[in-house]
Amino acid sequence: MMDIFDLFTHGFIQRALIAGSFIAVLCSTLGVFLVLRRLSLIGDGLAHVTFGSVAVGLFLRTYPFYVAIPIVMLSALGILKLVEKARLYGDSAIGIVSSLGIAAGILFASVAGGFNVDLFSYLFGNILAINRAEVSISIALSVVLVAVILFFYQELLSITFDEESAKASGIRTERINKILVLLTALTVVLATKLVGIMLISALLILPPVTALQLARGFRSTIIISSVAGITSVILGIVVSFIANLPTGATIVIVCFIFFLASFAYRHRG
Amino acid sequence: MPIEIVSVQGLSFQYNSSEILTDVSFSLTTGDYVGIVGPNGSGKTTLIKATLGFLEPSGGRVSLFGYRPADFPAWYKVGYLPQKLNTFNPHFPATVKEIVALGLLSRKGFPRRIGKPDDIVIDNALSLMDILPIKNELIGELSGGQQQRALIAKALVSEPELLILDEPTTALDPEAREKFFSTLQSLNELKKVTIVIITHDIGTIGKYASRLLYLDKRVIFYGTFDSFCLSTDMTDYFGEYSQHLICHRHDAETVHG
Repeated sequence: MMDIFDLFTHGFIQRALIAGSFIAVLCSTLGVFLVLRRLSLIGDGLAHVTFGSVAVGLFLRTYPFYVAIPIVMLSALGILKLVEKARLYGDSAIGIVSSLGIAAGILFASVAGGFNVDLFSYLFGNILAINRAEVSISIALSVVLVAVILFFYQELLSITFDEESAKASGIRTERINKILVLLTALTVVLATKLVGIMLISALLILPPVTALQLARGFRSTIIISSVAGITSVILGIVVSFIANLPTGATIVIVCFIFFLASFAYRHRG
Repeated sequence: MPIEIVSVQGLSFQYNSSEILTDVSFSLTTGDYVGIVGPNGSGKTTLIKATLGFLEPSGGRVSLFGYRPADFPAWYKVGYLPQKLNTFNPHFPATVKEIVALGLLSRKGFPRRIGKPDDIVIDNALSLMDILPIKNELIGELSGGQQQRALIAKALVSEPELLILDEPTTALDPEAREKFFSTLQSLNELKKVTIVIITHDIGTIGKYASRLLYLDKRVIFYGTFDSFCLSTDMTDYFGEYSQHLICHRHDAETVHG
């Protein structure tokens, strides 16, 4: 077996660990707000839109994320609009946008007929192939997210608890909601590289629900969720590399083991 | 001189082409204490939401402290308790103190921070509702009555000039309910807080509020309890028994109380 310390000398492993940790912070922190607002499947929906957008990008022979980022951001705003204006529940709005994304992906893949292998790599992720630019983007986006949470912590807590009461406190809920879904959209696009389109909602849901088993306050929920997310990603990357397993799937399994452990701890005795 | 706190003129609201509110008008001045009553589906909650600007009316005008709700700059003057938290998650991971502190956000500039100096007012609101000892408990782990007290404390914590409470006592036991109404009475009498309560309990609100607004998609009655009790129109509308019940509770408090 490879010496575990040798592992960390590889540039691609270092990039995977750095980008993975920052993406984990993004997913697990945003996930707390999404899970508590029963919008946890927004990650899944936007991931499906990412699938469609990547297909469009491949079809146009351009870097897929250049196409995916604006489309997924617009889709996130579209979900918000559907909830607000069409009087739909969040899950229905997510379902509509999600199926549209998948349909678009299948149509473009079918029309182009030649990039199934490339598309497959986005379905299951490939964190070990992450490049320097993507590492920088994940760090920058994490910094933005932390700044947003620091500046809007009370607003986010208020809206997450009850949006109507938040409005009566003079909070511009529409603006905060937009910021939240746009950050989620960017995070989802970025995280497809880590765990892939199929598994992204696990990274948005499992660390927060792990934290919900253990936390004794809102602040501690965010902290525990982030720690669970980062630890799962680092352990997942290391274990997958040593045991020659798919990285995205290994990360999700580690996340799930943390959730099981936290559940067992809460219900001990 | 009393200041106009709320003005609603000719308010109408439609939902999917059915009329929920028709030509509703009333106004509140400093120190008013109004009970809004009416049957299920009479538009009570819709009226409050439209008054606060959460719903766009199909007609009419609303002003809060002289401003349109969309332009209202001083939300710290308003304490609001929604009917029930539709999105309330029984496993919400915030402590009672964290939730009550949210009531102070309307008094904060950007970035809104809750700090040590706020502990005194938060503790006061918690004491007022008898929940100070459980301030560090998770709100989701409390009984329905304790949760309701926490939410009332949240509405009171910013020391609002206008308090709007949508069915605030449904989860409270009789003792807590009486204490809650006496607290409101003190706020109304001593601090001149304007109070609006939506309730189904006409008998109890008759004991405390100075005015009654009976709503059934339109205003059936708005005025003092005395005029309500003397109105033969209301006898015809409610029947003698219901009118007597409301008037009896009100008289018992104002004459002998």
